Amino acid sequence: MTVRLMQGNLACVEGALAAGCRFYAGYPITPSSEVAERLSRRLPELGGKFIQMEDEIASIAAVIGASVGGLKAMTATSGPGFSLMQENIGYAAMAEIPCVIVNVQRTGPSTGLPTSPAQGDMMQARWGTHGDHPIIALTPSSVREAFDLTVKAFNLSELYRTPVLLMMDEVIGHMREKVELPAQVEVVQRPTTDVPPEWYYPYEAGGADVPPLAPFGKGFRYHITGLFHDRAGFPTERLDEIGLWIKRVNAKIERNLDHILLYQLDAVEGARTLVVAYGGTARSARHAVALARARRYKVGFVNLQTIWPFPADMLASAAQGVRAVVVPEMNLGQVALEVERVVGRHKVRRVNRADGQMIAPDEILAAIEER
Amino acid sequence: MKQESPVDPYGYLRPKKKFPNVWCAGCGIGIVLGAIIRAVDRIGWDRDDVAMVSGIGCSGRMPVYVDFNTMHTTHGRALAFATGLKLARPEMHVIVVMGDGDALAIGGNHFIHAARRNIGLTAIIINNAIYGMTGGQYSPTTPENMVTTTDPYGHIEPPFPVPALAEAAGASFVARSTVYHARELDHLIELALAKKGFSVVEAVSYCHTTFGRLNRLGGAVEMMRRLKDDAIPVERAKGMPPEQLEGKIVRGVFVDRDTPEFTERYQKVIAMAQAQAKGGA
Repeated sequence: MTVRLMQGNLACVEGALAAGCRFYAGYPITPSSEVAERLSRRLPELGGKFIQMEDEIASIAAVIGASVGGLKAMTATSGPGFSLMQENIGYAAMAEIPCVIVNVQRTGPSTGLPTSPAQGDMMQARWGTHGDHPIIALTPSSVREAFDLTVKAFNLSELYRTPVLLMMDEVIGHMREKVELPAQVEVVQRPTTDVPPEWYYPYEAGGADVPPLAPFGKGFRYHITGLFHDRAGFPTERLDEIGLWIKRVNAKIERNLDHILLYQLDAVEGARTLVVAYGGTARSARHAVALARARRYKVGFVNLQTIWPFPADMLASAAQGVRAVVVPEMNLGQVALEVERVVGRHKVRRVNRADGQMIAPDEILAAIEER
Repeated sequence: MKQESPVDPYGYLRPKKKFPNVWCAGCGIGIVLGAIIRAVDRIGWDRDDVAMVSGIGCSGRMPVYVDFNTMHTTHGRALAFATGLKLARPEMHVIVVMGDGDALAIGGNHFIHAARRNIGLTAIIINNAIYGMTGGQYSPTTPENMVTTTDPYGHIEPPFPVPALAEAAGASFVARSTVYHARELDHLIELALAKKGFSVVEAVSYCHTTFGRLNRLGGAVEMMRRLKDDAIPVERAKGMPPEQLEGKIVRGVFVDRDTPEFTERYQKVIAMAQAQAKGGA
């Protein structure tokens, strides 16, 4: 372990490389561009590939194409680019192609405040592409977490054959912090197959949750499509085959929540008030919780690292017995909607800003102290 | 290992799968598919090394029928998906099949940039001058004054000249023929596939179902006859004044030049980066 001063965006790069990322396609956009700049230098050193595409739609398309070719692949962007990527994120979910999309969130809507932080894309992360689909979205709250959760994003993506969204924000992306990065991390390879090509079905999982994915060019010669498809990947309109797909792709996430849901709990037991935060806002929240405890408030703290799927059961049990749940976020109340669904609207105290400013500890402290 | 049969003499179709096809009886897309198969067969590539990538529309359905590594992507984005695949696996032969709307309207940006980059893909644009699958709306190659389902008063936009566009954008090889000139199409696609850089073949087809019906151009046979009558070789067209070329389809090889291919250049970037990293630079 070496101690370094590192920016969040660059910790994300190091995490990606440690996880085995060997392909990046992207389009310049503030505040994510450091990810592209660093990878353009680092990837070819490792024999990997970097390409700056003509727009974000092309970027996510190239990422999916490279993943089909067998490389672990990612892109990084911010709000406007994330909006452009939505259709192909749905394609990756439908065709079950692993890929990692980093969104260093800035203030929107539209061009908004390009260099100011926000957490305004959290619902877009869940429902941005059309149609029902499972998705995994992670949010780091420190430079070290940016590294760790990028590794995790790749591992989950490869293991479950699903796009994974790393929802950073400008605070975490641009902040520099002292970090110790581990020399070794756990790296997951996508499930591959050893069956003869004529027996291979790219969309049949057998008894497992996720079917193995053979890369193109290795003798398997199968079909990939964004249409509903049968086990061979061929388009289908048969209700039984469509139903099978819907059931399986949702089950592969739902059955593995223990592995996918990441969060940190701090003194939740016996708490009278719970603070639930994520990303850059979790830093202010942690400070507010410390101030409140110094004033003898019994405050529990939850740092959500997995936002989607939403950790409903954990939160329901953490919120049992508390009078209030404070949910600060740099938007007008997005994850708060989920918290309200789980703990009941009457318990939730929202603390919101969507003007490009971080939420200060005082604002959260005031909500904790509210009677 | 070919699976030969009377209906599939080259053995490249997916056995027992997904037939009959989705195309209207008399459509020209099947002729283009045949031409691609014959070109690959003549070159003799191993099917495991060939990928076919398509977008959305009538042409988008082509890959499902053929026994390569096949990918049916989103509308207009086939070249972008293929760029990622080719860069990840430069040893693969990647054929991208698109329609005119797919390649030149929604995917126009990807088309000019793939050509500029000169990445080693073969783009086959099946140009029927209309959006067939959605019911016959005008496309970037609809000729002026024609009627489509979104041009009830006649088309008022000039069409893209595909070879000139591809040439200006930087493609290494550009050719055009029609689905009537099937043997020439085989040959041009073979040349395009063998070319190292970005290669483009425009295969002029027709849509008798919508374009032909709306413009009273007759059925599939009459429209095929028009392709025969209207097409002239590029060599002959060179000596002709512009007014005589109006309404003609100039066919043949427009561009054949040797310019550095993108994935080969990127291999040099890798070598340079690795040398610098070793030298501690």
